[in-house]
Amino acid sequence: MIPDLGKYAGTVLSAYGVSLLLLAAIIALSLWKSRAVKRKLDAAEARRSDG
Amino acid sequence: MSLWEYANPKKFIATADAVLPFVTVLAAAALVTGLVWGFFFTPDDFRQGSTVKIIYLHVPAAMMAINAWAMMLVTSLIWLIRRHHVSALAAKAAAPIGITFTLIALFTGAVWGQPMWGTWWAWDPRLTSFLILFLFYLGYVALWEAIENPDTAADLTAVLCLVGSVFAILSRYAVNFWNQGLHQGATFSVDREENIADVFWWPAVISMAGFVLLFVALVLIRTKTEIRARRLHALELRERMA
Repeated sequence: MIPDLGKYAGTVLSAYGVSLLLLAAIIALSLWKSRAVKRKLDAAEARRSDG
Repeated sequence: MSLWEYANPKKFIATADAVLPFVTVLAAAALVTGLVWGFFFTPDDFRQGSTVKIIYLHVPAAMMAINAWAMMLVTSLIWLIRRHHVSALAAKAAAPIGITFTLIALFTGAVWGQPMWGTWWAWDPRLTSFLILFLFYLGYVALWEAIENPDTAADLTAVLCLVGSVFAILSRYAVNFWNQGLHQGATFSVDREENIADVFWWPAVISMAGFVLLFVALVLIRTKTEIRARRLHALELRERMA
């Protein structure tokens, strides 16, 4: 499945591995923070309307 | 309809919610197509061997590292001139994405440079200005975190963004007027004779489109988060004072 990368296999695979990991990290972090802040804001808005 | 309508946080969030599904699907499709095509279905270069496959990550990441700073510059200027909070928050939201793209460009450049140039790093004009741009990104995020008053933070980070723009411009154009260093000139050209072969060009362009769309999607998500965080901060202050 993986193409024959020859003597540069380590170079190419590390470039793809690290890059995809960094992209996955920023996507996950953005989504996680988005949900966490929204949850806290909804709770604060609910407290405000109750009070 | 005016562009300034989107300075209204509610309008911005509603619009972002409407366009995000489309942008996200397009970003995923372009990224998967560009990277899978480039990695699995393109030939090796006659000189660079299989390392040419790094182009599908390195060029889009470097392009977007600079473009993210350019977007931050525009939104910072809008903040400084028109005092729209959403604008300042969009700049803040873009910075961590820019850091990620800069890191990808630096890392892939280093691992590509080692077998091709015989070194991981050289104090070449483009590489050096790119490293300084990365440090500016870190400083920009640190400054936002260090200042409690959000308006003061937005003012100071906007000024930092203006200064850092010199290095964003240098990292793109340094190779054109600084005839020293290892890094070659622009990879993509409108001149067909100078441009890379079509077999590499198409997946690279699709991958670049994927990086642009991913950036747009993440900026929309993160700006929404910053708007909500600002509102949350205001509500918590009111609760404490009550």
